[in-house]
Amino acid sequence: MDEIWILGINMTKFGKHTDRDVVDLASEAVMAALADGGVTMADMGVMAAGNLMGSGGIGQQIQKQVGQTGIAVYNVSNACATGATALRTAIMSIKAGESDMGLAVGVEKLAGVGLLGGGGRAKKDGNEWEPQGRFGAVTSTDGRIGTDTMPGVFAQVGMEYGHKYGGADFELFAKISEKNHAHSTLNPLAAYSKRFTLEEIMGDMMIAYPNTRPMCSANCDGAAAAVVVSGEKLKTLSLEQQRRAVKVSASVLTSDPWQEACQVLPDVNTLTRNAAKTAYEQAGIGPEDLDLVELHDCFATAELVHYDNLGLCEEGGAVDFFNSGAPWRDGSLPVNVSGGLQSKGHPISATGIANIWEVCHHLRGEAGDRQIEGAKVGLAHVIGLGSACGIHILERSAA
Amino acid sequence: MADTSAPTRVPLVDYLVLDDGEPHLAANECTGCGARFFDRRNACAACFGTDFRRVKIATSGELRTFTIVAFAAPGVEVPFVSGVIDCDGTSVRANLRNVEPDADHVHTGMNVQLTTYSLGTDDHGTEAIGFAFEPI
Repeated sequence: MDEIWILGINMTKFGKHTDRDVVDLASEAVMAALADGGVTMADMGVMAAGNLMGSGGIGQQIQKQVGQTGIAVYNVSNACATGATALRTAIMSIKAGESDMGLAVGVEKLAGVGLLGGGGRAKKDGNEWEPQGRFGAVTSTDGRIGTDTMPGVFAQVGMEYGHKYGGADFELFAKISEKNHAHSTLNPLAAYSKRFTLEEIMGDMMIAYPNTRPMCSANCDGAAAAVVVSGEKLKTLSLEQQRRAVKVSASVLTSDPWQEACQVLPDVNTLTRNAAKTAYEQAGIGPEDLDLVELHDCFATAELVHYDNLGLCEEGGAVDFFNSGAPWRDGSLPVNVSGGLQSKGHPISATGIANIWEVCHHLRGEAGDRQIEGAKVGLAHVIGLGSACGIHILERSAA
Repeated sequence: MADTSAPTRVPLVDYLVLDDGEPHLAANECTGCGARFFDRRNACAACFGTDFRRVKIATSGELRTFTIVAFAAPGVEVPFVSGVIDCDGTSVRANLRNVEPDADHVHTGMNVQLTTYSLGTDDHGTEAIGFAFEPI
């Protein structure tokens, strides 16, 4: 099987872009990713694009700004794994031999959107209890039968881990957030790059215990794009392009296999463990070989369980792993040196490519002040509820 | 025309059973593998079987995880405790009631039991009944 490489990649500044729409943001990322790879739209054989909150057809809208060549466009939608799904779609086209170069892009405008999930219908104006829907509910069940909100769902994910293995309390989860906010101070593209003390994090507005506001991913605007190329095609390009190219050693997408309780509280663990296992097999490496990890810390409570799910620690050892200092940027296995979703921000469809940009940035030795010295191998992970998990393992070019 | 002969009750969801002894929850259980589901099924998500039977869920269990929601969608009363209860091997999603909604009073591993409460009466005199779990 031919190799797959990232040739060019870019993310926009994450934050509030009041004067620009999703097409503007995505087009900026696409133009920059093409320039980064030293190619143009004429070289692209396929395009995959994601934008969860928009009206559809984002790929074609972007083409109208950056170049319409008639290539196939796949508009993809996979919750918070949408960006990774777009990238994997372009990769699959190359693996299938249908194209030798492809473009993936994800974009979202979420600044000021507020709470995601929750709500639902209210009792009808006619004031009649009338059963509706899959559960024959006579009114909205959000808040009456548990919570549909993301901070609450992921709070339960973290608390369940704590119940199973112990040691995970409010302070521990807040410390994870403290780490990511500290990391963000070195990332000029982060939506928020303010360091918080542990007391500030724990004393901030409670959203869903134990997640306070700074422990939740930041809704913001942003885009990210990547150009992928086959190994055969890369050999025909310049030495400089080959030197900066980053090898995709593993590209995996999974959904959640049935487990008891998975239709009651989303099981974000099993599909991540399955994806990690397959990714390590594809790449022929183990977690001990990783120099940095960008994982889906949509909430502080989520980061903890993914230390375990990605095999960064022994089963049940996530609390000890964190307390050892390992995931800090000067630790043995830095996690979310970008600041993670809690401070870099989480423009949903962009996230699954932006985390790959972060890893590539370090593998290329171009990460400036936040460079993880000598980084050779990194892992990027995203998870979307429903559920979908994308994992990519990336390796520095030997050229 | 609405039947005005007697007040009637309707459950918040169809898997809350009010008219067969003590209130309890019921699930669709796959006769092949025993997987349980609270909504209607096309096939079993675990083994793809298509034969199901209605089973009663245990009315008490252990709180396996929870959150205390302080910020929710408009119209949702906060704070409230949302959790997952292990009812003799079947996981149930529910709120906790009759407990202070704070981390000093709610903890994983606590034993809880099913309780029901009124959601109010509509214009036809029908009362909707909700369910939650409360500490034993």
